[in-house]
Amino acid sequence: MTKTDVVLRVAGAAGDGIASTGESFAKICSRSGLHLLAYNSYQSVIRGGFIWLQIRVSHEKVLSHGNKVDFLIALNHREFERNCVDIAPGGAILYNSDKIKPNKDKVNGNIILCPLPVGQIIKDIGRNPILQNTVALGALIKLLDLDFENMANVIRDYFGKKKQIAMEVNLQVSKAGYDYAEKNFPQFDFILETDLDNKRPVLTGNQALSLGAISAGCKFYAAYPMTPASGILHWLSAHSTQTGMVVKQAEDEIAVINMAIGASFAGARSMVGTSGGGFSLMTEAIGLAGQTETPLVIINSMRGGPSTGLPTKTEQADLFQAIGASQGDFPKVVIAPSTVEDCYYSTIEAFNLADKYQLPVILLSDLFLSEHMESVDQFNFDAIVDRGEIVNHKPSDDTYRRYKFTSTGVSPRAFPGTSGTIFQATSDEHDDFGNIISDVFTDPEMRTKIMDKRMKKMAFIKKDLPIPKLYGPDNAKLTLVSWGSTFNIIRESMPLLSQENLSINHLHIKYLAPFQSSIQKILELSNDTLIIEGNFTGQLSKLITMETGFKINHSLFKYDGEPFYTEQITNKVRDIL
Amino acid sequence: MKTESTKISDYKSNTTPTWCPGCGDFAVLRGILNALTELQIDSKDVVMVSGIGCSSNITSFINSYGFHGLHGRAIPVASGIRFGNHNLKVIATGGDGDGYGIGLGHFIHAMRRNIDLTYIVMNNQVYGLTTGQASPTADKGMLTKSTPTGSLEMPVNPIALGLISGATYISRGFSGDLAHLAMITKNALTHKGFSLVDVLSPCVTYNKIQTYQWLRERVYKLEDEKHNPRNLDLAIKKAYEWNVKIPIGVFYKGNQVTYEDEEPGLKDGPLVERPLNNTGDMSKEIMKEFI
Repeated sequence: MTKTDVVLRVAGAAGDGIASTGESFAKICSRSGLHLLAYNSYQSVIRGGFIWLQIRVSHEKVLSHGNKVDFLIALNHREFERNCVDIAPGGAILYNSDKIKPNKDKVNGNIILCPLPVGQIIKDIGRNPILQNTVALGALIKLLDLDFENMANVIRDYFGKKKQIAMEVNLQVSKAGYDYAEKNFPQFDFILETDLDNKRPVLTGNQALSLGAISAGCKFYAAYPMTPASGILHWLSAHSTQTGMVVKQAEDEIAVINMAIGASFAGARSMVGTSGGGFSLMTEAIGLAGQTETPLVIINSMRGGPSTGLPTKTEQADLFQAIGASQGDFPKVVIAPSTVEDCYYSTIEAFNLADKYQLPVILLSDLFLSEHMESVDQFNFDAIVDRGEIVNHKPSDDTYRRYKFTSTGVSPRAFPGTSGTIFQATSDEHDDFGNIISDVFTDPEMRTKIMDKRMKKMAFIKKDLPIPKLYGPDNAKLTLVSWGSTFNIIRESMPLLSQENLSINHLHIKYLAPFQSSIQKILELSNDTLIIEGNFTGQLSKLITMETGFKINHSLFKYDGEPFYTEQITNKVRDIL
Repeated sequence: MKTESTKISDYKSNTTPTWCPGCGDFAVLRGILNALTELQIDSKDVVMVSGIGCSSNITSFINSYGFHGLHGRAIPVASGIRFGNHNLKVIATGGDGDGYGIGLGHFIHAMRRNIDLTYIVMNNQVYGLTTGQASPTADKGMLTKSTPTGSLEMPVNPIALGLISGATYISRGFSGDLAHLAMITKNALTHKGFSLVDVLSPCVTYNKIQTYQWLRERVYKLEDEKHNPRNLDLAIKKAYEWNVKIPIGVFYKGNQVTYEDEEPGLKDGPLVERPLNNTGDMSKEIMKEFI
């Protein structure tokens, strides 16, 4: 059967130019109107290690980076041998045959070897070792029968006019690889239906979160470097001149969040980003944002924990950390975006909820979601910025109550500098003016009133959130339940299971706090349930029971640092049904 | 509440200070009120920021915006307010435990940035609000509840730290000399860049050693010695004087460029005033990079 999707893996050591090779391939494909999804498996080293980048391409929407590899570009001998086992029957390995001499006994007979004598191919052009990647990529473009002109354009854009010589060299080298493949390698049975008029954007979750922040009017971003959230810091920094955003790398995450609270108090939309360790340092100040009713968006891109854990691997084990962040009771929103596209829209939503309800909003991403590249449809850029109720001028009765008691619990905000609105924001408990009630005489009546006021906001937020929907047939035998970045892989598994006449549907939970009561109704109507989570203890499963009393029957937990594969999900479902 | 503040009473809030009678912090409050009055800064353009501790309650006693945040975190909140709106006059305050203990890292980094804010520290060498433990500025050997056999640590030297960290106005005041304290506070408020006012502000309840009397016998004014505040080397030497003679006044004053002046994001004015109606178009333009 002719395949309509292709999985490419580029494997080597850190510093071999894997990322740029992968990104170039991604751009060549997306500009040909193809969909793709890429995942980068790496370690916490700057040079060396076992690194690979895997990209799956198709003319249909791609939901995972795939299991088996169709084409491997091996950049050294060790990676050649290590990655052989992951190649699909009929797949091929492209490699520099000057450097790599494969032990043919170790290569499965149904794998096609595509040796590239790089020295000979480029002997008239250049000698840079990274050029072997370009040769291989040129060859691959031929094997996939893609238009070479598309590759040439990507190279032209990458080097630009400033690096004319490097651009020329790479163009010649890639063409030489392309021509070599045409003469020396067999045809492969793939059909990638290109559509050159429909160029698709490709971006990572971190880039989508960042772009969402720009659309939302975020003017201050602070962070301390931490994988896998650093991509946001780098990307927003690189675009700060264009966007006019102040991007501040501070001395630690405590400074980061307190600075952002200060900037937000002054009236600028503010966001911070980190991973679990940094989030732990931020927790006290998340309570400060809650208590002072200062809007703030906090991104926690989860990685394997606890402690330093797995710095370059993915996990979904900070759910309780987010829900329970900071001492005491205060309103907060926790949103888990599911896809790259959802990262964009969720960030805008987070800013609007933060401003409208004057509270901290936590966005839970993870390493896989933050760092993987995905093709998307064009976003809707009609960004709606809702800053909530703001007092712009001197109140008529001359008494501004910053924490005024209202029917929704939301008190109109004033930014410092606004005539007639002087007030105190205090981490201590306070009255409706902001005056401290914790010293000298603690006022139990006021304490109750002001706590009720703050917590009242949660009920109104619930009304603003879209109602969760069940995907798939209503009366399925098994309901899959999930949150965050597992969305795509579950949606990819579902048609595979339907083909086997296994009856399933899917409930994906995006809003973890406030917890939506309609979820209980959906679960109670289900025939059987399976929770799928990237953690050990089943944090969402426990949260559901806590919020609804409902107990999920089956579970599939994964905590090896890698994202889920379709096989793991389909096998589990088959076991149950 | 009046917004056009002209008299000292206009800068006072309706809240009565909760400090012990005789506390050095009263003089610091008075010094700030005097300085604001002399400079005629509009209350609505002033933000007082503090952490947690006896002295941090000072934000409640001044008729200006106040942000009374977490223990040790006044400086990053104050810095953030400057990032959000650098038209505001931002005054961070707190005690020695708050600023030189739990918040020491922020103190150093803010000075390194030379952010244009004033930091007034009420330094009494003990934790007052938690009933008298040794603070980071407690002298070695000091007997307190938490150091019954004497503190084993060398004290933090905030003046020396300020001098080596890049602050551009470094001064020390004494609560026993209000006129002098008000003067250096006023000069700190008009200084462009990070200004530190470390105030010897006796804790009459828990520090029975560094009392008004003890300090009065030792303090002298740098200006009386014709100290040149442009001389960093000499300032460092002066920063090490303690116990026998204690200098007060301005140790160092420089005119280095501020963070706000150099931050490209602030060139078009305060962040709070930026338009929000063009953000979608901005993203749409940037999206082209991803194709």
